[in-house]
Amino acid sequence: MKLDAKIPGGPLAEKWDNHRFASKLVSPANRRKYEIIVVGSGLAGSSAAATLAEQGYRVKNFCLQDTPRRGHSIAAQGGINAAKNYQNDGDSIFRLFYDTIKGGDFRAREANVYRLAQISNRIIDQAVAQGVPFARDYGGQLANRSFGGAQVSRTFYARGQTGQQLLLGAYGALMRQVKQGGVEILARREMLELVTIEGEARGIVTRNLLTGETERHAAHAVVLATGGYGNVYFLSTNAMSSNVSAIWRAHKKGAGFANPSFVQIHPTCIPVHGEHQSKLTLMSESLRNDGRVWVPKTPGDKRPPNQIPEAERDYYLENKYPAFGNMVPRDVASRNAKEQCDLGKGVTETGLAVYLDFAGAIERNGAEAIRKKYGNLFEMYERITGRDPMRQPMTIYPAVHYTMGGLWVDYELMTTLPGLYALGEANFSDHGANRLGASALMQGLADGYFILPATIGNYLAGTSTDPVDPGREEFKQAERAAAERTDRLLTIKGKRTVDDFHKELGRIMWDHCGIARNCEGLEKAQTLITALREEFWNNLVVPGRGPDLNQSLERAGRVADFLEFAEMIVEDALAREESCGCHLREECRTEEHEPRRDDEHFSHVAVWEHRENERPRMNLEHLSFENVAPGRRSYK
Amino acid sequence: MKINLTLKIRRQSGPDEKGQFRTYPSGPISTEISFLEMLDILNERLTREGEEPVAFDHDCREGICGTCGAVVNGIPHGPEKKTTLCQLHMRHFKEGDTLVIEPFRARALKLEKDLVVDRSAFDQIIREGGYVSVNTGSAPEANTIPVPQNTAEQAMNGAECIGCGACVAACPNASAMLFVGAKISQLALLPQGGPERSRRALAMVKKMDELGFGNCGNERECEAACPKGISIRNIARMNREFLRAAICSEEE
Ligand SMILES: Cc1cc2nc3c(=O)[nH]c(=O)nc-3n(C[C@H](O)[C@H](O)[C@H](O)COP(=O)(O)OP(=O)(O)OC[C@H]3O[C@@H](n4cnc5c(N)ncnc54)[C@H](O)[C@@H]3O)c2cc1C
Ligand code: FES
Repeated sequence: MKLDAKIPGGPLAEKWDNHRFASKLVSPANRRKYEIIVVGSGLAGSSAAATLAEQGYRVKNFCLQDTPRRGHSIAAQGGINAAKNYQNDGDSIFRLFYDTIKGGDFRAREANVYRLAQISNRIIDQAVAQGVPFARDYGGQLANRSFGGAQVSRTFYARGQTGQQLLLGAYGALMRQVKQGGVEILARREMLELVTIEGEARGIVTRNLLTGETERHAAHAVVLATGGYGNVYFLSTNAMSSNVSAIWRAHKKGAGFANPSFVQIHPTCIPVHGEHQSKLTLMSESLRNDGRVWVPKTPGDKRPPNQIPEAERDYYLENKYPAFGNMVPRDVASRNAKEQCDLGKGVTETGLAVYLDFAGAIERNGAEAIRKKYGNLFEMYERITGRDPMRQPMTIYPAVHYTMGGLWVDYELMTTLPGLYALGEANFSDHGANRLGASALMQGLADGYFILPATIGNYLAGTSTDPVDPGREEFKQAERAAAERTDRLLTIKGKRTVDDFHKELGRIMWDHCGIARNCEGLEKAQTLITALREEFWNNLVVPGRGPDLNQSLERAGRVADFLEFAEMIVEDALAREESCGCHLREECRTEEHEPRRDDEHFSHVAVWEHRENERPRMNLEHLSFENVAPGRRSYK
Repeated sequence: MKINLTLKIRRQSGPDEKGQFRTYPSGPISTEISFLEMLDILNERLTREGEEPVAFDHDCREGICGTCGAVVNGIPHGPEKKTTLCQLHMRHFKEGDTLVIEPFRARALKLEKDLVVDRSAFDQIIREGGYVSVNTGSAPEANTIPVPQNTAEQAMNGAECIGCGACVAACPNASAMLFVGAKISQLALLPQGGPERSRRALAMVKKMDELGFGNCGNERECEAACPKGISIRNIARMNREFLRAAICSEEE
């Protein structure tokens, strides 16, 4: 597998301009001769589909939901970063770049991250022009708040619904293009196969989720913006339909998969309530601006929080990391929460929770100010738990949240398969081994609004404008493969349900490949996953029929892919014998128990290559740092 | 705590099939779980017993995507105020309760299966102008468009709509005016929406009528059912925008 990141020459700040100037262009008259498939209508997908259509390409946009406006991005709460420096607090493009590289523990590409920081400002401009009602100061200017891993205030937000507002902005742009005839929306469609012709991506096979029909769609290029795969852990903060299937199928057709084990575990989620829990709910990181994290000093102290005197509380983040305190990056906060609970200091009946306390902030700023800032998050917490965070501290615990890994892409966002692009959470690009809060929305929109529309021409200009024929053998073959898999799932007629398998897989992954990992556990996970997959294909029961709306069948297909993919996550975690960002290998720690990174051997992206009936092969993209020296990441 | 409920669920195997109510005991369920988790448990049981599970739409389970929704005992999204079905928790019900669960129904919302309905009519309305026409890349620097804080907040009050369709299901006339009013208001309040204000109001209202949504009879059922608490002031604003455009503007 050849890995050429195609990083343009020149100084860091000029690379993007150099690239755009050197790129081939498609003339406006020719653009309408090219068809582009965009799978996914989250932030990355809708922004890309809308912008490509504005440029004159013909776009088909696919999503699982009944309408593009519901993509998982809608759930993002806290905000979106940009280097505007409106607060005049020392922010700059270079600082956003630096924070992101450092936050990712020096496992991302400098050139990509710098470009992201450069583009960040234009995203805010675009969203404001669309009528996204961001929070404002009294003077009518845009307001900001801070997020973990940063000491400046650069996060833009719309109450606790930033993702919703940004997505509705992009959805509006998309619907405008539908009206103008540039985009066709195909909702309630699931991509089941990628079609390649002579090694290049030329289409997809989908299942119509209402009728069960398989359909062929041909195009000159295929863009995957299908989101993250956190649901391989069953319980996560992701939407229920989030999956790995689209990128996994692309991987099996030849697209390299990068750093699959880089999975972000978010420190502030509502703890698990019981065995029937179907998903976990995030409490936005912005709460850590005012909330203080603590546990009782004495293990096993089961007194209610208000009866534990100040002197007997351990504000462990503030004590351990005085410079960043409660605002340390997510991996650091999650790891420490687990450590405290392992020491027996966890709270609630399960012992798997810590407090997030607003009492101090309420005293300092008044109840009204705090309610105004976090009201809707507090309401959500109370709806779920029946408890009011204004009266007693929240209880929180880490949960799977975001996947930094994904399809490997070069600087142009093209995968190792020519003509196949990956955007947003579905690619591996910019966050290294840990993503900073409010940076996923930024990246998804940078990819969709600004990067792909500027790079795709470079490929299309060298591609014939002749329409791709969906009647070709490659399409028929892919369609048959998809239909056969569906049939197989329906005819096992075993005893265990899809959710049952999914839950068991999730437990294996959480126990052995979660916040902390070690060789023994990972090897055990491999054995367990293989056995579970075997049982799945022999003992699964899927009710209902294929040619029908059949939600069990949909889930079965996704879980079948998770069961294959999980093994690659574990393999990747085994191969990376260092601790970096979210990836804590217990064998690789300093004397003070802090993670130990190993730049000499692991300053690379691990890119996995699919091989039929063989274990995947690992290829390396070496990372070099010319503008920031990979220092030890310290938040003390 | 555990409670036992009786679930009367309207089942229908396809858009053109006949529907009927089926009754299922919930079995003992924890009061900590959500309404949809209760349906998950029922579906797991049905699957093991060889019956088809109840089809229902859902995705975020956080009350923001607008995918979930059903009428519970006559009320869209159930009895809790400002709460989507996925955020409704079972602690609000008592031992022995009977829950009648039906899909959102309206002329413009076609039933697909069981509790799943087709809300694509909403997309068709937005398509007519529920946006600001600005191409990517042509936006001015963000702070050159100041918006008074209060105006931004009011715009946000409309923008919060999740497009779930509860307003339509609640309205005796199956009107979509709360949904349409919310979007028209958001954009009419903001300076960015100004240039297309008249065209937007005329086109969106026209489409809404064409699709078979009814008129507002001032029953306020939509507001009461809205999980996001969108106010009917948005309908008033929409009417004003429409009149203003119809009488004073040059738009067709
Ligand atoms: C609760 C929560 C809060 C968050 N808050 C923040 C925040 O405050 N700030 C921030 O920066 N980030 C946040 N994130 C992360 C961020 O929301 C996501 O990383 C980002 O929105 C992903 O966008 P996307 O466009 O890549 O994918 P998604 O939004 O996940 O969209 C995926 C799309 O692909 C479609 N799709 C998937 N598979 C298929 C298939 N097989 N066939 C057809 N279509 C398919 C789906 O229908 C959907 O339209 C949050 C995440 C969560 C879970
Ligand atoms: S499932 Fe998203 S709002 Fe209920």
